Amino acid sequence: MNTLPITEADLHAFVDGKLPAARRLEVDAYLAQRPEEAERLRAYTAQNDELRALFNPVLDEAVPERLSAARPRQWQWQRLVAGLAIALFSGTTGWLLHGQQAGEIQYAQGDSMQARPALYVAGLAHQAAIAHVVYSPDVKRPVEIGADQEEQLVAWLSKRLGTAIRPPRLGKLGYELIGGRLLPGAQGAVAQFMYHDATGQRLTLYVSTDQAHNKDTGFRFAQEGPVNVFYWIDGKFGYALSAGINKAELARVATAVYDQLEKPS
Amino acid sequence: MPNSRDQLLACIPRLRRYARALVGDRAGADDLVQDTVERGWGRLASWEGGSDMRAWLFSIMHNLRIDQARRPSVPTEALNEETSMALAPGSSSSGLELRDMETALRALPEEQREILLLVALEEMSYDDVAQTLKIPIGTVMSRLSRAREKMRANMEGRAYIAPLKVVK
Repeated sequence: MNTLPITEADLHAFVDGKLPAARRLEVDAYLAQRPEEAERLRAYTAQNDELRALFNPVLDEAVPERLSAARPRQWQWQRLVAGLAIALFSGTTGWLLHGQQAGEIQYAQGDSMQARPALYVAGLAHQAAIAHVVYSPDVKRPVEIGADQEEQLVAWLSKRLGTAIRPPRLGKLGYELIGGRLLPGAQGAVAQFMYHDATGQRLTLYVSTDQAHNKDTGFRFAQEGPVNVFYWIDGKFGYALSAGINKAELARVATAVYDQLEKPS
Repeated sequence: MPNSRDQLLACIPRLRRYARALVGDRAGADDLVQDTVERGWGRLASWEGGSDMRAWLFSIMHNLRIDQARRPSVPTEALNEETSMALAPGSSSSGLELRDMETALRALPEEQREILLLVALEEMSYDDVAQTLKIPIGTVMSRLSRAREKMRANMEGRAYIAPLKVVK
């Protein structure tokens, strides 16, 4: 019988079950003579199986609404917004706060928030969420300066950020200050204050001072993986409050933070 | 025959699985899927009914990834990888092995990773992979070969020596 030589492509097709039955038999015969090659192909087959084991569970996950409800958007306009806005909009889950009326806060589903700037823009909420995820699980050293040295913390961060800044008090809501740290932001230094409640649930407030170009002052919500983030811009300050707690609870804390920053005691 | 809207929606879980494997973190992967779906809706009119919508959507996703790579890199990517590649619950029996797999997959260049994933997860034919990625079939085969051998070397804890095979 005259058979074509077995190629590397045949071997891969063998692994992937893409060979016609006759060719498959020929490869079987070929491998029977070459245990090392057979071993190599077994490893490749195992890779296929393991990749499926690793990622097939994603198929059974509920599809996030932002994906099933996604709609076409206008790309030209989209790009323009992406260039101008640093903060990430949060698609259909975006919440808009009209916080101008003192003491009263209204939420409205933001229809104009359907569009979201390019995803890979390193927005305030995104950076805050990353910083939260990186530092909040740290058991030994979640902060650089602890709350026991609050005066020192305030003086240091104010000096480094070039503006007076102090952590809001959230004790009434059950969150005590752990301390703070300085982080690199897009344009310069950024402060992160960390709080925890009695159960150990951690919450971080990310304060950036380079948002003067950002005219988008709405109060917004974003979900970054397991982390929920409320964020807003106030003058040159950008604030983002991050925690792995539900939106309503986080909104309550964000409201308190906003109030204290608006009306410094 | 389901209409094109339903077909597009039906593709989302597969797009998510692939994107998760390609990108690594959940939020970044879903962002990519969302961009893909939005662009897909916008171009639905240009999709040729009867052709493989799945391949069409994977093409869109591939092009988005290329656009993304051309943009200035975002300094958060490395952290993203650490943050949220949540292993599926229930996979803990061979959890360590799967984690090695995940690490080895991350170590591949993306041009190899995408081919391995289209073949292993999507079970696409090599011709479809070539069409989806707009590259010659020979390139598909050589990248697939390198990807698999590199993964194997990585899983066995030895260095990959390239190139091992000449592909015809």
